[in-house]
Amino acid sequence: MNPYIANTSQDVSSMLKTIGLGSVDELFCDIQPRHAPKSFDLPKGLSEYEIISYLNRLALQNSNGLIPFIGGGYYDHYVPAACQALISRGEFYTAYTPYQPECAQGTLQSLFEFQSMICALTEMDVSNASLYEGGTALYEAMMMAIRITNRTKVVMDSGVSPIYRKLIRSYTHNLDFEFVETPVVHGQADRSAIVKLLDKNTAAVIVQNPNFFGAVDDHTDIVEKTHAAGALLISSVYPVALGLLKTPGAMGADIVTGEGQSLGLPLSFGGPYLGFIATRTKYIRQMPGRIVGETVDGQGRRCFVNTLQAREQHIRREKATSNICTNVALCAIQAAIFMSLVGKEGLRKLAQLNLDKAEFARRELSRIPGVEVKRSSPTFNEFTVRLPKKADDVVAGMIRHGFAAGFPLGRYYPGMEDYLLVAVTEKRTKDEIAGYAQALAKVLADK
Amino acid sequence: MNVIFEKSVAGRQGFRVPDSDVPVEGTLPEKYLRTAAAKLPEVSELDVVRHFTQLSQQNFSVDANFYPLGSCTMKYNPKFTEKVAAMPGFAELHPLLPQLRGGEQYVQGALEVLFECERWLCEITGMQAFTMQPLAGAHGELTGVMLMAAYHKSRGNSKKYIIIPDSAHGTNPASAAVAGYEIVSVPSDKKGGMDIDKLKAALTPECAGLMITCPDTHGVFNSRIDEIARMVHEVDGIMYYDGANLNATLGRCRPGDIGFDVVHLNLHKTFATPHGGGGPGSGPVGVGSRLVKFLPVSRVVKRSDGKFALNYEYPDTIGYIASFYGAFGVILKAYAYMLMLGRDGLKATSDHAVLNANYLLHRLKGAYQIAFDRICMHECLFSAARQAALGVHAIDIAKFLIDKKMHPPTVYFPLTVKEAIMIEPTETESKETLDRFVEAMLEADELARKDPEAFHKIPSTMPISRPDETKAAREAKVNYFSSHK
Repeated sequence: MNPYIANTSQDVSSMLKTIGLGSVDELFCDIQPRHAPKSFDLPKGLSEYEIISYLNRLALQNSNGLIPFIGGGYYDHYVPAACQALISRGEFYTAYTPYQPECAQGTLQSLFEFQSMICALTEMDVSNASLYEGGTALYEAMMMAIRITNRTKVVMDSGVSPIYRKLIRSYTHNLDFEFVETPVVHGQADRSAIVKLLDKNTAAVIVQNPNFFGAVDDHTDIVEKTHAAGALLISSVYPVALGLLKTPGAMGADIVTGEGQSLGLPLSFGGPYLGFIATRTKYIRQMPGRIVGETVDGQGRRCFVNTLQAREQHIRREKATSNICTNVALCAIQAAIFMSLVGKEGLRKLAQLNLDKAEFARRELSRIPGVEVKRSSPTFNEFTVRLPKKADDVVAGMIRHGFAAGFPLGRYYPGMEDYLLVAVTEKRTKDEIAGYAQALAKVLADK
Repeated sequence: MNVIFEKSVAGRQGFRVPDSDVPVEGTLPEKYLRTAAAKLPEVSELDVVRHFTQLSQQNFSVDANFYPLGSCTMKYNPKFTEKVAAMPGFAELHPLLPQLRGGEQYVQGALEVLFECERWLCEITGMQAFTMQPLAGAHGELTGVMLMAAYHKSRGNSKKYIIIPDSAHGTNPASAAVAGYEIVSVPSDKKGGMDIDKLKAALTPECAGLMITCPDTHGVFNSRIDEIARMVHEVDGIMYYDGANLNATLGRCRPGDIGFDVVHLNLHKTFATPHGGGGPGSGPVGVGSRLVKFLPVSRVVKRSDGKFALNYEYPDTIGYIASFYGAFGVILKAYAYMLMLGRDGLKATSDHAVLNANYLLHRLKGAYQIAFDRICMHECLFSAARQAALGVHAIDIAKFLIDKKMHPPTVYFPLTVKEAIMIEPTETESKETLDRFVEAMLEADELARKDPEAFHKIPSTMPISRPDETKAAREAKVNYFSSHK
């Protein structure tokens, strides 16, 4: 039995009669016996209650108890209840892409507001209605820069998330692009290394703020050098940090992307997340993905539609700016709701609170013998510490004390096995931070 | 309706940020700070709730309206799966946790979901292995084409192009192009299937493979699909199955058994996860034995002690195609849905999806020209050519349905049929709903014959009438602040 099917056996008979067939099997006459499944060995269906109990048991096997000090681009921020309540409205989540604007103004206007908020946050001119996630958004930005400049070399700062860098390398593996990364420096981007790599074929320089080590930067000088070489600057940003930090728009960046998970989305083991992209007006026609634009209806009333669709796959097919179709509209609406709730002043306060807590954690950790808190660059809510032992071992020890202590940098940066990346969001209390410091002291003291 | 920025009043805040409980204040040098606060709205929580509630009420949705959007499988989205995705043990789980030493033991439940979901999809499709990572159908396509490319590279094949039928979704050629291939388009024959002679002519040793939707976007299951597969394999091409229409053939036919080497599925179509107004989706990719070693990393494995782990050690992998393990929240919902349906429920899904589509085909074929005169699969395809001759086009009929509080079918797609109207009712709709839809469609046809001019004024019951799309594209007002400094 399938509880989501309404047809009764009487309905089936009467419909078959209309069609002029004797059985449902006859509807499948084009599927020949030789096409039949060799196997379809699946369990029988369960009830809602049984499934909830089973999945709840699995959910409880996960890390409920661990106190998270782990970030790496994905942060444990509080999600206001109104966020979840509003996107749980069936009118939002059971609709699809607004192909018919007259019956989709809710989605369209919400996405227009999202785009405008991303522009406000980054101080860029235009944004799209979302991409899958931060990593694929950065890849799309890179492809956009290649199209705009008609050049094929990309310079990537090593402070850009190593996950993003691996992802972009996979995507471009079979394509004729030159992809160079700067040598790893611990802290802000190495200007001279970037400048050395710039040449006449450079399409883009990619930087991140704060970078993977947590270092906050002002990339204005890099933008100038990049532009002087005729290339574009792409900046990947952390939206909550922009409550305080100098914006990529003010630095002169050409394309801005980022992971929007911190804007009211749960961590959810890696997705669904929210990629965003913003750029200058002059590049809007090279921007991938859905874009919502304002217009008027027949009576002159303001309304919203998907626009500039001539860039997209359903019109241009193989000549489109990207293959993207379904993106993450609901996550974008969720982020718009989050940004509306937190608001202009709230976002600044939230960012300041993150900064305060991280500063406190830095102070507490620096008091532990053998722990060196890196201070070479300013940081936001994430920073690196150098430990007297392998970070991997320390993290394993900290798990036993109930803490997800941070991310060992050695996993992605060979030679940095003693370094731990620690994130402290507004949700971490003074007591949790103090408890973390005590546990760390113990773990380090253990032989 | 006003945009939220127009409801903003300085000093209002919809969310209380707690006071700091730490005795220090963090500071940053001025050069690193923004000069003015981001112009986010200043509104109360009630303002936000009312604003977005009212916005939502301007949408049609599966929950409130019949939504027969062809090729999109707008079936009912069960409520209990939302509850599953919101369980804190899943929703609060950090994706980097399993990458810590000792961290895997804290994500066993999540890894089991991924592992089991892969197993279900393998059995449903007859494929050898799945990756759950692709984040939407088109993302799955790109992944699939990258797998194709890796296969050919490993064989030293020099392949230049991918064959795609003209009835395909636009994402197929776009994905193939993004992965670096040229496109060769093959037309359909008079019965709606791919023209086999034209395919033969297009097959050369430089063909990397064929991307095909099965059943295709004409709602036709090509009986010669296994023969097509043999032909493609003869030039060492890869058979790519676009799973957009899997909802038609569950338990009736598996792509793995009829010669497909790589498939992508849309969990937001066949597996009932909500479409979210345009995502998040999920586009897992399955492969036959020849392509398994190229799958993206990480892969979920079950160790001999019964524990689950993530493995990255596959030397031939195409690498990372997403930051993590897929749209996990979406995958959870699809898994819960499969558990609910089980073997028989899945098979019944296709039975009723196809029955409902054929019922509509027969009820409407008197009034609307059918594109192909044959039994259809899960969607039926018409042309509004007859009505268009009277000045009433597919888009006008679509707008007429909006006034009847039904979401229009897909119009003007596939591109192979003029004035196309593509209707996919899905299995979750009742006969009464289908009958109401038929009445509305017949009424539209009648009106077209009596008073075609009347269509220019519709829809007239919605918050807006037809928007000026040309103006939107010309002015490109996509940011509230560029016109309201």
